Amino acid sequence: MNKKQKKMLTRIIVSSAALVILNFLPVTGLLRMALYLAVYLIIGYDILRKAGKGIINGRVCDENFLMTVATVGAIALAVYTGSGDYNEAIAVMLFYQIGEFFQSYAVGKSRRNISALMDIRPDYANIERDGKLEQVDPDEVAVGSIIVVQPGEKVPIDGIITEGSSDLNTSALTGESLPREAHGGDEVISGCINMTGVLKIRTTQEFGESTVSKILELVEESSSRKSRSENFISRFARVYTPSVCIAALLLALLPPLGNLLLGRVPGWENWIYSALTFLVISCPCALVVSVPLSFFAGIGGASKEGILIKGSNYMEILSQAKVVVFDKTGTLTQGVFEVSGIHHNEMEDARLLEYAALAECSSSHPISKSLQRAYGQEIDRSRVTDIREISGEGLIAKVDGTEVAIGNGKLMKRQDVAYADCHSVGTILHMAVDGSYAGHIVISDIEKPGAGAAIAALKKAGVSKTVMLTGDAKAVADKVAADLGVDEVHSELLPGDKVEQVEKLLAEKSPKAKLVFVGDGINDAPVLGRADIGIAMGAMGSDAAIEAADVVLMDDDPMKIAKGIKISRKCLSIVYQNIVFALAVKFVCLLLGVIGYANMWLAIFADVGVTVIAVLNAIRALRVRKL
Amino acid sequence: MKKTYKIEVDCANCANLMEEATRKTPGVAAATVNFMTQKMNVEFEEDRDPKEVMKTVLKACKKVEPDCEIEL
Repeated sequence: MNKKQKKMLTRIIVSSAALVILNFLPVTGLLRMALYLAVYLIIGYDILRKAGKGIINGRVCDENFLMTVATVGAIALAVYTGSGDYNEAIAVMLFYQIGEFFQSYAVGKSRRNISALMDIRPDYANIERDGKLEQVDPDEVAVGSIIVVQPGEKVPIDGIITEGSSDLNTSALTGESLPREAHGGDEVISGCINMTGVLKIRTTQEFGESTVSKILELVEESSSRKSRSENFISRFARVYTPSVCIAALLLALLPPLGNLLLGRVPGWENWIYSALTFLVISCPCALVVSVPLSFFAGIGGASKEGILIKGSNYMEILSQAKVVVFDKTGTLTQGVFEVSGIHHNEMEDARLLEYAALAECSSSHPISKSLQRAYGQEIDRSRVTDIREISGEGLIAKVDGTEVAIGNGKLMKRQDVAYADCHSVGTILHMAVDGSYAGHIVISDIEKPGAGAAIAALKKAGVSKTVMLTGDAKAVADKVAADLGVDEVHSELLPGDKVEQVEKLLAEKSPKAKLVFVGDGINDAPVLGRADIGIAMGAMGSDAAIEAADVVLMDDDPMKIAKGIKISRKCLSIVYQNIVFALAVKFVCLLLGVIGYANMWLAIFADVGVTVIAVLNAIRALRVRKL
Repeated sequence: MKKTYKIEVDCANCANLMEEATRKTPGVAAATVNFMTQKMNVEFEEDRDPKEVMKTVLKACKKVEPDCEIEL
């Protein structure tokens, strides 16, 4: 509770006690009225002041004004009719304040809870000086400094481990609960929690540029991008309050005047009372606070699962996703090539691989890397001489003095070597050693283990069409698509063609169904921008992806796409529930007010009771773990 | 130039009103008030001193919501 809330609580307690005592005091006449007015002022002075200021500043018809008119009106009625019943006016004010108090407490608390969930900001960094650890502000740590992270502490700044090994808990970043092992030489990103051993880390970024700062910035900015529902509510509130004021005025004037004209008793008191009730019911709080709170809770829950949604507007669009387009490499497949077979070889597998790895030792192409990985031993570069690259075909080099040619069919033809075609799907590397054919190595990009299940989960979550786009050969693409159960494949595309394909798909679908593009964020920024929603995967450490996409998945698990869609659906359904519930209760109460069945108590419930219920409902959006 | 300020405001509707008031203040190019994180992002027009502009912003905000605070 903050200072304001504590003060409010005291005022509530004092005035309710005073009200009870006053009802038993045998005072009459003016003194009685003065005492009641004193209690009224204790509980309502700030409302009266705000209402007065509002009128001076030309802003009538806010809730303070409504409450002032309603309660002052009730007091005036009590004086006018001579009933001397001031209880109602005070009680209305009292309950309004209690309601406001609960509301501010509930909203404040849930706001803090959600913020705490997302707060992965490290408070300090440890630096070793003269053999002692010193805690310093992470902002003051220069790039290249050595920081020490003890077990149980957060890694404050991105860097490379120079000493020590440990298990890192990345769940705050990725939602993944299995710890990750880290050893000397590994890169670590800030925000992970060091679990077991002491680590010394050489920082590679400033704090402001570190992963953790980037993520925090993103999440905090996210609720500034407002969704259509939020804009609807603020526009609605702007029209709603003044129109209710006018309706209340009409309700107070028209029926009594009508009665007068018809020669009946006008019944001013009853109609003015109804009009006052009407005013109390009409406060737009429940709507105005619960909608953004629901989105905020939804975004908070998603970020806890390693899904960063950059704004409530994207949350809204994501919930309408019907078509999901994948870029193959890096999303459905690992984007890491692996040697999947060695065929037709004239020598031992290991020897062929050794020649291949050595010949390709100077290249950093993913395919060369995969050969070097498959070889699995230290490469002695001094054994390789005379490397000649033939662009688009392969390369020729001398290994231990023996000529080795490695590349595609064209290279074999150039070398006049007869080669055997391969029926496996993948990239085929033919090899000729000393001028005669030595066999070929098949290299393929492997599917992610969860990719098939992820496609199935998307279907279950209500996605009607999945499409895969790739620059790879048709055979490779078709096989992956068939394995995973993707509906549509477009292969052999250049980067520009992908945008064109997405545009075609955008034109085909109905305008209500939204198109999601999922990429690894590396070279598909234009496509990410063109789709209704761009999702970048495996963004840990990749700034480009965080910039370009609307939704960022912190790790590269394709299951998270379906999960993100489900979270957004749940969040949006809570938003609609709140809108419908609040409006329905208000309209029913307003109607009851018009026909004279609603009293002030019901009116107070319709205002603050509904708000509190809506706020509690909004908090449900935070619970998404089991989705 | 863009700057972020910490604010203190009790109700979401008041935050909306503050946002509107800030946007209308001369020298402000764009503004968003975030009730959830209790923060205000203000983008200033070029060649305007943020400090001066923020004084007027605070005044305008106090007008619509006397209880609000902006940490300058």
